[in-house]
Amino acid sequence: MSTNVVLVVAIVVLVACGTTLVLERSLTRILVGFVMLGNGVNLVFLVASGPAGRAPIIGTGDEPMTDPLPQAMVLTAIVITLGVTAFGLALAYRAWQLTGHDDVQDDVEDDLVIRRADLDRPSASFDDVTAGMPDEEGEDEQSASGDNTGTDAADRIAAERGEA
Amino acid sequence: MTQIVVLPVLLPLLGAGLCLVFGRSASAQRLISVLVLGTVVVTAATLLVRADRYGPQSVSIGGWGPDIGISLVADRLSALMLLVSTFVTLCVLLYSFGQGIVEYGRETPLSVFHPTFLVLSAGVSNAFLSADLFNLFVGFEVLLAASYVLITLGGTEARIRAGTIYVIVSLISSTIFLIALACVYAATGTVNFAELAVRVGDLPPGVAQMLQLLLLTTFCIKAAVFPLSAWLPDSYPTAPAPVTAVFAGLLTKVGIYAIVRTQTLLFPGDNLRGLLLWASILTMVIGILGAVAQSDVKRILSFTLVSHIGFMLFGIAYATQLGLSGAIFYIAHHITVQTVLFLIAGLIEYRTGTTNLSRLGGLARSAPVLSVLFFVPAMNLAGIPPFSGFLGKVALGQAGIAAGDWLAITAVAASILTSLLTLYAIAKVWNRAFWQPVDPDAEHDDDDEWSHGPLHGHQQVSTGTQVMTMWEKVATTQRIPLAMGLPTVLLVAFSVALTVFAGPLFEITDRAGAELLQRTPYIEAVLGDRP
Repeated sequence: MSTNVVLVVAIVVLVACGTTLVLERSLTRILVGFVMLGNGVNLVFLVASGPAGRAPIIGTGDEPMTDPLPQAMVLTAIVITLGVTAFGLALAYRAWQLTGHDDVQDDVEDDLVIRRADLDRPSASFDDVTAGMPDEEGEDEQSASGDNTGTDAADRIAAERGEA
Repeated sequence: MTQIVVLPVLLPLLGAGLCLVFGRSASAQRLISVLVLGTVVVTAATLLVRADRYGPQSVSIGGWGPDIGISLVADRLSALMLLVSTFVTLCVLLYSFGQGIVEYGRETPLSVFHPTFLVLSAGVSNAFLSADLFNLFVGFEVLLAASYVLITLGGTEARIRAGTIYVIVSLISSTIFLIALACVYAATGTVNFAELAVRVGDLPPGVAQMLQLLLLTTFCIKAAVFPLSAWLPDSYPTAPAPVTAVFAGLLTKVGIYAIVRTQTLLFPGDNLRGLLLWASILTMVIGILGAVAQSDVKRILSFTLVSHIGFMLFGIAYATQLGLSGAIFYIAHHITVQTVLFLIAGLIEYRTGTTNLSRLGGLARSAPVLSVLFFVPAMNLAGIPPFSGFLGKVALGQAGIAAGDWLAITAVAASILTSLLTLYAIAKVWNRAFWQPVDPDAEHDDDDEWSHGPLHGHQQVSTGTQVMTMWEKVATTQRIPLAMGLPTVLLVAFSVALTVFAGPLFEITDRAGAELLQRTPYIEAVLGDRP
């Protein structure tokens, strides 16, 4: 079976760009990446359907016809991508309304680990310099103030423990 | 009579449309939803009886042959999964009526919940009944699209944060699934399970294994198998209680079902046994260690959910009748128990305004009925005899011992360790929330790690939404309405019934396991239909 090289090159470019974008922090970029990825995968279906022939309508000729099934699948996939992308954009807009950005945030466990590290001054594994560094999500002021409250809290706990 | 196979997919979709039409009337929406799901439960029960008596029930939609059309098949496995899942969905729906005023009140439009919930149910049914890989993908997408809406219901900051991660992970797994579909089609020229079962055997082993691994990766993300499970404990706890409950009960199990179906029908044999066993051992142990480290009821339950996915995978890995039978029994047990536990976490949250263990206490005295309701499924989850959790674990253990090699024995040991640690995590909840008196200093003392300053996007760690923070201020003891209590009681009773009727149930799962290993009944049911 001969494969259409142009299709393969297009797939490679779309999937590679899509994957790179999906690895970004901003939800809008992730969505653009997902759309590219989706289109790349849809082209994979065209490769999977084998060599192109005449239009798949019964009774229009004798040459071999194109396999219609992957095209039906691609149509379904396109519709699904459309719906999900619309939902994702709404999600990004709502995140922007609430927080002023649409960055995907750390999960709760990561936050807790950072907070524990803030409190846990004597721990040898805790590096103050890195914890004070602004993180990627534009939460710089918060993490700076979090650092302060962390110190306060540590002092407070120490005081309470002393009383006890 | 076999035509009723389409009902579990069609009825909820039609119901969802009707619910949208009657979007203004809450009572009309409720009536439609209950009628639809009630009919689907009856249909599923009929299908299970028929599948058990007469073999797999199959329908080719629109009369198109299985090679180009869509077929739906209900064999014993599908029908059993369908029955348990729709029954649980119905109970959760009834529960949501009681909670409706609180969580979907003024801020969120009531009209979207019921239609979305029905679409979710249609997606789950479609995934269970689908007889081809592409229709399975569509089923997944339908249930995922509905779950995106449900998990971000109300659009509060915490839910948007959790929902974003959930949506991205699901999108990636769907993309991998699409790639797998294209590869399967390129290699075999079909996506129908029965035809694939015949054709995959002729593929070069390398190609077949690549397809198998692609599909397995997709389903493992959906089922939250360890290293692909990190998304679950983070995204589930923030949603409203009924939503979390139905997600916990159903969505991961759909992934497990897909693994069972593809592993037994398309790729028979145990060529990935080592990989699956290691994945199941790691899922069990690492999941439960996460639960032990948590101090919030909903998060503990989310981690036990991940951990117990390992048990099911462990039964599938053996690819013996005993292992499959144990795994299917365990899925039925786990759907019920995990859902009811999340519903009870919702009741605790409703009553006290928090699910943070540091703030809870004394519930055994102040809410004795709630305590009993929690205690029964909690012990069931931990696998205390004579509950169904114990029976399922014993069956899986027997399958492991029967396999007999060192890896299988390690897996059995890991499963026992996991059960003990589950008991520890559950006992922690029981002691701190129910037995221990409320600590008067709790507000200042216990949660010093996170009491100052919100985590970004989080009012408080305990899955706090603004609604919940408000509740804490308004009322700390809220009586639980009967409408929320009764469905929970019903589900607890159902989980106990699984214990009482474990014998007949095991007979069905044994036959289902045998049917899965034979493969021919399924293939004949689908391909025999060819016009």
